[in-house]
Amino acid sequence: MRLTFKTALVAATALGLAAFAGVKVAEAAGGGDAKYKKQVEWGFNGFTGKYDRHAMQRGYQVYQEVCSSCHQLKFMSFRHLGDKGGPFYDKKYPNPIDNPVVKYIAKNYPVPIQDIDWDTGEDLPRDGKPVDKFPSPYPNSVAAAAANFGKAPPDLSVMAKARPDGANHIYSFLLGYDKDDNMYNKFLGTKVAMPDQLFDGKVDYEVIKVQNKDGSVKEIQPPEATREQMAKDVTEFLMWTADPKMEARKSLGLSVMIYLLILAGLLFFAYREVWRNVKH
Amino acid sequence: MSGHLSTYEPKYGVTKWLDKRLPIIRMGADFMTYPSPRNLNYWWTFGGILTLCLMVQIITGVILAMHYTANVDVAFADVQRIRRDVPFGWLIQPMHAVGAAMFFFAVYVHMFRGLYYGSYKAPREMIWILGCIIYLIMMATAFLGYTLPWGQMSFWGATVISNFFTAVPFVGDSLQQWILGGYSVDNPTLNRFFALHFLLPFVIAAVVGLHVWAMHHAGQNNPVGIEPKSKEDTLAFHPYYTVKDAFAVVVFLLIFAFFIFYYPDALGHADNYIEADPLATPAHIVPEWYFLPFYAILRAVPDKLMGLLLMVGAIAVLFILPWLDTSKVRSMRFRPVTRIWFILFLINSFILGWCGAATPSDIAIPMGEDKGLNFLWLSRISTLYYFAYFLLILPIMGMIEKPKELPESITKSVLGGASSGGAAS
Repeated sequence: MRLTFKTALVAATALGLAAFAGVKVAEAAGGGDAKYKKQVEWGFNGFTGKYDRHAMQRGYQVYQEVCSSCHQLKFMSFRHLGDKGGPFYDKKYPNPIDNPVVKYIAKNYPVPIQDIDWDTGEDLPRDGKPVDKFPSPYPNSVAAAAANFGKAPPDLSVMAKARPDGANHIYSFLLGYDKDDNMYNKFLGTKVAMPDQLFDGKVDYEVIKVQNKDGSVKEIQPPEATREQMAKDVTEFLMWTADPKMEARKSLGLSVMIYLLILAGLLFFAYREVWRNVKH
Repeated sequence: MSGHLSTYEPKYGVTKWLDKRLPIIRMGADFMTYPSPRNLNYWWTFGGILTLCLMVQIITGVILAMHYTANVDVAFADVQRIRRDVPFGWLIQPMHAVGAAMFFFAVYVHMFRGLYYGSYKAPREMIWILGCIIYLIMMATAFLGYTLPWGQMSFWGATVISNFFTAVPFVGDSLQQWILGGYSVDNPTLNRFFALHFLLPFVIAAVVGLHVWAMHHAGQNNPVGIEPKSKEDTLAFHPYYTVKDAFAVVVFLLIFAFFIFYYPDALGHADNYIEADPLATPAHIVPEWYFLPFYAILRAVPDKLMGLLLMVGAIAVLFILPWLDTSKVRSMRFRPVTRIWFILFLINSFILGWCGAATPSDIAIPMGEDKGLNFLWLSRISTLYYFAYFLLILPIMGMIEKPKELPESITKSVLGGASSGGAAS
């Protein structure tokens, strides 16, 4: 009878987990047409997953040159790009507002920052600084909708988390357009307000310069800017914008898990020791 | 705390002085020497685990409240700011969100343990009822808290659930507007939900105090469900159960940490990363997993008021459970037939959860092409069993079932005495 109960308990738990997994699978598929869903082996998945910094840098370039004309990153500031774990982090500049790359990006961002003249109170557009938020390409949401078939382009800061299996969703979406109809997305199975954006060579990837320890500069040639490559890179970047602390979280997680495992072992032996003369 | 003779003797002048005026050290000392049945298994460690859960939620919650603004224009952005810019906000925020789910996981284990071992029976009715009150406040707190990040599921979940208040006869519409502070979920709603979400955990803490007090007064139940008769049957709470609880707590923390660090979003819904938009209804509005069984019961009937009554009834029935179960035998170990009904009840709870997550018109169990039992009917059958278990099975089984022979004492059952039924571990 005891065995039956334990078996039933295990069976019930398994059923519960299966139901949960079933819901999650259904949810994941619910985001698009499974037939056009692409699965990528992302480096950021898994327990020790990390973002590919060069891919994020290229991804930022795609965002800035292609996406940013319509989509904002409203929860992001320029300085975040230079945070630890970010695409342009440099250990020489622990405070990202000093990072020259971040400064350059902020200053040359195509959309000016809307500030006011502190003497007269009049509007005064100015160049960006690292502490500024990424500006919106539109003055307001009505203008954003009016310029885009009545649907304001969504913010991209947390997009990779706002869809089930977000990274694969974005990647599949960007590559899911019908060849004959650049407004029809096969992955979503519907017409979308955003036409197909990526075509081979749309972005001219910059050569990434890495400084060696001896001071010499190594040039890393970027991959060819194919549709797939650009979609992959911008997805990597957007996954980072949605979860910028993932690397810190996973690395602390490993220490915490090891600590708890050892503590659990010690406590188990303490328990055995305390109870050694008590039959229970 | 009463229940056993106090053995605490103050040694120093200060402690003697304090003991005459506020015997708080005595209370703690008595707590530690409290005689607990020697056969408590790991299912009994969830009381300690739940205490930890409440503390984690309150501490992380107070820190989050320092950085959060309850305003519809900035609430969603504030959560993002906490995760991006507040030092260790990326850790505290998922701790609180995952913590809610872990809290419910632990409370369900705790409740099923009480159901299985008959912990609600005399003289422990008040422990059980106070526990039901805690569970009820927990549900309210979780629901209110889920609104605060102001994502799509926050907004639409609050809209759907508050809409059920309109089903109350005569005063429904006024009641709903009074609760929301307007005609729909909006800024006044968010503000009051935040205030109440901050208040209720402290109410829970107070009721937990009563719950523990009642438990120390009536004594703990145990896996064989017979009262301790001799000194041999019990052990001091410390060190025996402090060390056992500590081990269980750390194993629980391992699971907790696994979710926080590796799958912080696995228990949530992707739609809640979309800012609340009153003009765009999500395709599927589903509550968090811990409400799914009750959501299934709510949707099982076509009538809104009946659905509401059924859901309220599903929780209300727990309050009167001590008087519904007519059997004098506490532990299901000695109730061979009722035990099978209990296992079915456990499986049924998972099925209800499954129904709550699904679309009612979808097919759950296919029977032939395009035919089969849909989730609506599955949830109806499951709802029926849920109520039948409490209202029919437990009252009737207590009268007709012949329980196995109970062991003479806890110690006898542990040492493998004469009793046949005590398959104790």
